Amino acid sequence: MELDIVDLSRLQFAMTALYHFLFVPLTLGLSILLAIMETVYVMTNRPIWRDMTKFWGVLFGINFALGVATGIVMEFQFGMNWSYYSHYVGDIFGAPLAIEGLMAFFLEATFVGLFFFGWDRMSRIGHLIATWCVALGSNFSALWILIANGWMQNPVGAAFNPQTMRMEMTDFAAVLTNPVAQAKFVHTVSAGYVTAAVFVLGVSAWYVLKGRHIELARRSMTVAASFGLAASLSVVVLGDESGYLTTSHQKMKLATIEGMWETEPAPAPFSVIGFPDQEARETHYTVQIPWVMGLIGTRSLNTEIPGINDLVVQAEATIRQGILAYDALERIRAGSGTDSGEPAAIFERNGAALGYALLLKRYVDDPRTATEEQIRQAAIDTIPPVAPLFWSFRVMVFLGFFFIALMATFFVLAAKRRLTAHPRLLKLAVFAIPLPWIAAELGWVVAELGRQPWVIEGVLPTALAVSNLSASSVLLTLLGFVAIYTVLLVIEVKLMVNAIRKGPRTDEGASLRPRSNLPRATADAPLAPQPAPTQTA
Amino acid sequence: MILHELISYDTLRVIWWLLLGVLLIGFAVTDGFDLGVGTLLPLVARGDVERRVVVNTIGPVWEGNQVWLILGGGAIFAAWPQLYAVSFSGFYIAMFAVLFALILRPVGFKYRSARESAKWRNGWDWALFIGGFVPSLIFGVAMGNVLQGVPFRITPDMQMYYDGTFFGLLNPFALLCGLVSVAMLTMHGATWLVLKTEDPVEGRARRWGMAAAVLTTVLYALAGLVLFKLVSGYQLSSEVTAGGASNPLFKSAEHASGAWFNNYRSYGALMLVPAVGLAAPLLAAFALLLRKPLAALLASAAGIAAIIGSVGVSMFPFILPSSIDPSASLTVWDSSSSHLTLFIMLVCAVIFMPIILAYTSWVFSILRGKVKADDIRNGAGHAY
Repeated sequence: MELDIVDLSRLQFAMTALYHFLFVPLTLGLSILLAIMETVYVMTNRPIWRDMTKFWGVLFGINFALGVATGIVMEFQFGMNWSYYSHYVGDIFGAPLAIEGLMAFFLEATFVGLFFFGWDRMSRIGHLIATWCVALGSNFSALWILIANGWMQNPVGAAFNPQTMRMEMTDFAAVLTNPVAQAKFVHTVSAGYVTAAVFVLGVSAWYVLKGRHIELARRSMTVAASFGLAASLSVVVLGDESGYLTTSHQKMKLATIEGMWETEPAPAPFSVIGFPDQEARETHYTVQIPWVMGLIGTRSLNTEIPGINDLVVQAEATIRQGILAYDALERIRAGSGTDSGEPAAIFERNGAALGYALLLKRYVDDPRTATEEQIRQAAIDTIPPVAPLFWSFRVMVFLGFFFIALMATFFVLAAKRRLTAHPRLLKLAVFAIPLPWIAAELGWVVAELGRQPWVIEGVLPTALAVSNLSASSVLLTLLGFVAIYTVLLVIEVKLMVNAIRKGPRTDEGASLRPRSNLPRATADAPLAPQPAPTQTA
Repeated sequence: MILHELISYDTLRVIWWLLLGVLLIGFAVTDGFDLGVGTLLPLVARGDVERRVVVNTIGPVWEGNQVWLILGGGAIFAAWPQLYAVSFSGFYIAMFAVLFALILRPVGFKYRSARESAKWRNGWDWALFIGGFVPSLIFGVAMGNVLQGVPFRITPDMQMYYDGTFFGLLNPFALLCGLVSVAMLTMHGATWLVLKTEDPVEGRARRWGMAAAVLTTVLYALAGLVLFKLVSGYQLSSEVTAGGASNPLFKSAEHASGAWFNNYRSYGALMLVPAVGLAAPLLAAFALLLRKPLAALLASAAGIAAIIGSVGVSMFPFILPSSIDPSASLTVWDSSSSHLTLFIMLVCAVIFMPIILAYTSWVFSILRGKVKADDIRNGAGHAY
């Protein structure tokens, strides 16, 4: 297989992003769970809740280190591998990234040190504030990065400037309140909460099965199941919202997820199973449920959802419009930067389609000289890879509903105080631990692969956005990242498993003591006996 | 929205040029001591307990400090998108080396203490050394290349091409700048260790700190001399509209020997900046000698700020000159974001920077005091 610079850059971005996203969801959710557990500790003064916070905090720390390490790469990779992208949309895309640093990263990273080092140096309230700041910081960070990503899916509040040859911000409020970004934010953080809830539930279930740390495990499971139930419902509801918004902003993505080649009469059916064939442009052996897609996608019974083939026809027309815009742009620029007269008027009318002309750059340097065949091919290029999207989406959705069922079950068990009574369910919880990661990674695939061939939907094709590097440079860094990430992942999983095996160092008796006898913890005299931090040797 | 026109475009550009300096200096002054401590780790600490003392001096704060770098990346992206695009893709392999070294750091801190085995811990000590030394060197080398100009060109539709190689970056002047950077951050790390540790680590750090401080001044003076005698600067050769569109191709520029000293000729007071760069490290060495570690840390910080500042002052209005096509050079006047974006980002910075500084100082004050070897042995209050 011959890989060019575009394939290699995409591969590297996908690899580093998917890898980074192994750590992010757990950080998002576990930071909140830690804050909740510590809040209970501060309110009730029961040491077991502090032990829980510290124990889950150890696992949080192992995970957090890799999240930070891989996050640095993400911040710089746009400039390194996607320099035309950085130039073309940096005016808009850079802002949320910088605000993420100002508002989120500083908060998270400054207080995470206190979370680990501050137990003996601060009052209980002070430490609790630090923990909440970590949780807030990591969740703010998700907000801003998803505002940036939401803009890639639905580029609002910006216009092309012929003088600077880039997109420039025209309306910051529109970028902030982008409905796609809002839905994505809640969907993604909820997915993170589910990940952490399943993780805490599964690890605790393992302790119960082994008959260890029952008190800690039982309480952890109660917190995880309540939090996880709310979060898993939120994931699906906001996932549905994302689907609804996709109908209006990314019709091609929706049709591709559905493997729906022809426009179906409203309300469209939902294909539960099918085998999309990109070459033949049809989906074989579909099993369909009538009406469901129409209801999800349009929330009505009479709105049509366009199929892939019709969208390709539309794309062809937009490409022709884009060529007009491109021609007008060239004439504006030839007129030494003045934007008056006829070309400006033509660009005004057709400028929104400029990105579609850029799709032709894969085939010709000057889109105006493209042949009919090339225009047709460029229109076909607007179809993302159908089968991977079709299946990723279905597995993700199936898992989403599974998490609701799992969390609801354990929520009921917790309410009945029968959490330890069903070994089979506990085993199921243990085996469920990796599933949220699969769902989260597939979610990324649906969102980003479904946007292809665009890096900014309708504005900038991915193939044009890369840096002008040699393929060998990118291959070198790709292999370098794969190597170090693999080594670190192996170490991380081993440390995680070891820490779980070793378990919390709790004074099991402490939690059974009557509350009134407990000495009050202060900054100077921490609660005795003080459990040693698990990680120090 | 017309609110942003309250501040003119050219003023905003100068403000963001200053903020770019503030971010670089903020990074070098805060994370700089973490990098320096990484470089010093094998030199000042013998045995596991001493190494853990050293690691724990920066354990709780390095993460927050590193955000200065991340924020720097984000802010350059937002305020100087062309600089972000050209420099990071141009210095591709060098950036990769920095990232690789920086990836080792967080895991090094966290995973070092996870096992008792001496082999395991020695391995991570090396990772922490690389994570400190390599970025220190490369940041300086990058500065040295920026001062000489970087071989890039820009097409009319703003595609950027870089015509150099990684090994081309490793030229003598750039390596000299790399050494300035290593010496300066080692000095800074040493003053931090003197403040945060007790003998014998403190004593070793003091000696290394004084040596590094004197070396910083000597190397910085040497680099200045080479810059004056041997490195050709750049100057504009056409009118440029300070509030015009951000398109570097609208102006022209040329090589001119000695041009990096024009600003000092025009505004003599600017000479203060390199003067502080020369004097402050010596003051830091003197303060170390007098056993005034806090004064040494502050003098070291002032030296770092002045040395980085002097690069900016010398080059203004250039930010990233092109050696093969000087007219494509990026300057303050033609490579920024739009008027609106610069304004919005300024508002965000004005709101958040004071808050960040407030809680960062609160955290540093909670963590004040020396890291004691006995506490490390007892496992009290230190996570690593």
